[in-house]
Amino acid sequence: MSTIYILWLRQIKRYLRSRSRIIGSLGQPLLFLLALGYGFGPVFKNAGQGNYIQFLAPGIIAMSILFTSIFTGVEMIWDRQFGFLKETLVAPVSRFNIMMGRVLGGATVAAFQGLIVLIISILAGFRIHHWQSFPLAILFMLLIALLFTALGTAIASMLEDFQGFQLIMSFVVMPIYFLSGAIFPLANLPVVLNYITRVNPLSYGVDGLRIALIQQQHFNVGLDLFLLSALSILLVAFGSYLFSKIQV
Amino acid sequence: MNIIEASNLTKTFGDFTAVNNVSFSVGQGEIFAFLGPNGAGKSTTIKMLTTLLKPTKGEVLLNGKNSLTQQDEVRKTFGIVFQDPSLDEELTAYENMKFHAVLYKVSKKGLDEKIKSLLEFVDLWDRKDSLVKQFSGGMKRRLEIARGLLHHPRILFLDEPTLGLDPQTRNHLWSYIKNLNQTEQLTVFLTTHYMEEAEKIADRIAIIDHGKIIAQGTAEELKAQTQTASLEEAFLSLTGHAIREEGATGLDRMREMRQRRAGRR
Ligand SMILES: Nc1ncnc2c1ncn2[C@@H]1O[C@H](COP(=O)(O)OP(=O)(O)OP(=O)(O)O)[C@@H](O)[C@H]1O
Ligand SMILES: [Mg+2]
Repeated sequence: MSTIYILWLRQIKRYLRSRSRIIGSLGQPLLFLLALGYGFGPVFKNAGQGNYIQFLAPGIIAMSILFTSIFTGVEMIWDRQFGFLKETLVAPVSRFNIMMGRVLGGATVAAFQGLIVLIISILAGFRIHHWQSFPLAILFMLLIALLFTALGTAIASMLEDFQGFQLIMSFVVMPIYFLSGAIFPLANLPVVLNYITRVNPLSYGVDGLRIALIQQQHFNVGLDLFLLSALSILLVAFGSYLFSKIQV
Repeated sequence: MNIIEASNLTKTFGDFTAVNNVSFSVGQGEIFAFLGPNGAGKSTTIKMLTTLLKPTKGEVLLNGKNSLTQQDEVRKTFGIVFQDPSLDEELTAYENMKFHAVLYKVSKKGLDEKIKSLLEFVDLWDRKDSLVKQFSGGMKRRLEIARGLLHHPRILFLDEPTLGLDPQTRNHLWSYIKNLNQTEQLTVFLTTHYMEEAEKIADRIAIIDHGKIIAQGTAEELKAQTQTASLEEAFLSLTGHAIREEGATGLDRMREMRQRRAGRR
């Protein structure tokens, strides 16, 4: 327990100390929200789909959580290069607890980042339909954060340096984002795209957020909750296995 | 019973053999120095002894526990000061100590005093709230040492602990270690390039070169064997005067390995 806590605390401290990172990582979601939101707004409306900002904001929140999660997960490569990883590796604590602490810490940071983006969205014109389901939105943010931090950490366990990172961004993170229903509705998609969005875990996160924030659903809450939690657990287990195999 | 028992340890990186069929043992309460030129395989051996690297061949027993099959038990028995940096630079000196204490379940009672006395020992107490990234190389080194002494293991691995430290701190450190060794039966496994240090503190010395142990014994025995007057001369007579290119070639080799590995992915 104390291992998990101290590793969690470490992530939080590191996050709070890197103000430039906090501010820098808000630029991208803001740009997406304004450019896409106001740019495609009229087209979206004319197509009879309603207000695009309302539709887009949950997707952008999911995006910022996805990016932050992967990034905090992959931060482990820094630890390896700066040598700090050795300190945790030789410690007499279970690999699962180390993994858990890292993932929970990263996920807290990512979910917090999502919350900031939500506030920015509200400033940009987004409206939450029912505040009663706000806690559900928070839960979904945490689940998305958990899942992708675990994924990022698992990936980082297999990488020795940042050379592979660009590949991960292009072939894992970007596709997960763009093919998730974050920026377009999932209904009536071409067959292939329909299939891909259905196996993409982020689709269920975005769906959950839309349900909680604007009462719009494609799948359903139960399915979203179940898939996200189950996959998070699997990834943490898989990640701690990979972690236990690390050699320095 | 010997507290460290290494038999036929071998580690290869690609087709390069860094440690070649090395066997040795260290008794409980002994101070054992592992000496050798750059690239001889000292750090690689320590990594195999401390569960960080899996031996290609051979076996390690620490306090009777197997380093591959009983990793947790093994990890409980030792503390280590690494040759390379291993601090969290984004945390303060104090936070690094605290983090270590939690990982090693050092009891909360008296912990703050303990951290204080260790940070005072390495002369960092007044900088305890500075981020480590603002420290000089020597200060980081001293913090690593203080952290390594925070919990009281049965075995302490010190991989060139005094590298880059001033003579005051070095003397200070060795007398502290010697004292722990005498009062708590602490076993010490150390490497260093300062021969006088090894001669002064070590009960027994092994000399490793090109991945093989080429001589073992007390400083006196090594000097007698080579008919020299000091350990430094004995060392040079055993390992030759040629300067090792290992530093450079080894690094190149490592980069090559990394690339090969990255290419495979
Ligand atoms: N991960 C690695 N991949 C490839 N080669 C490696 C790796 N780690 C170490 N080596 C090589 O193994 C050899 C032994 O390295 P090691 O670090 O054990 O030397 P050392 O005796 O500690 O030297 P020094 O006195 O310089 O610290 C060197 O040639 C080094 O380049
Ligand atoms: Mg070394």
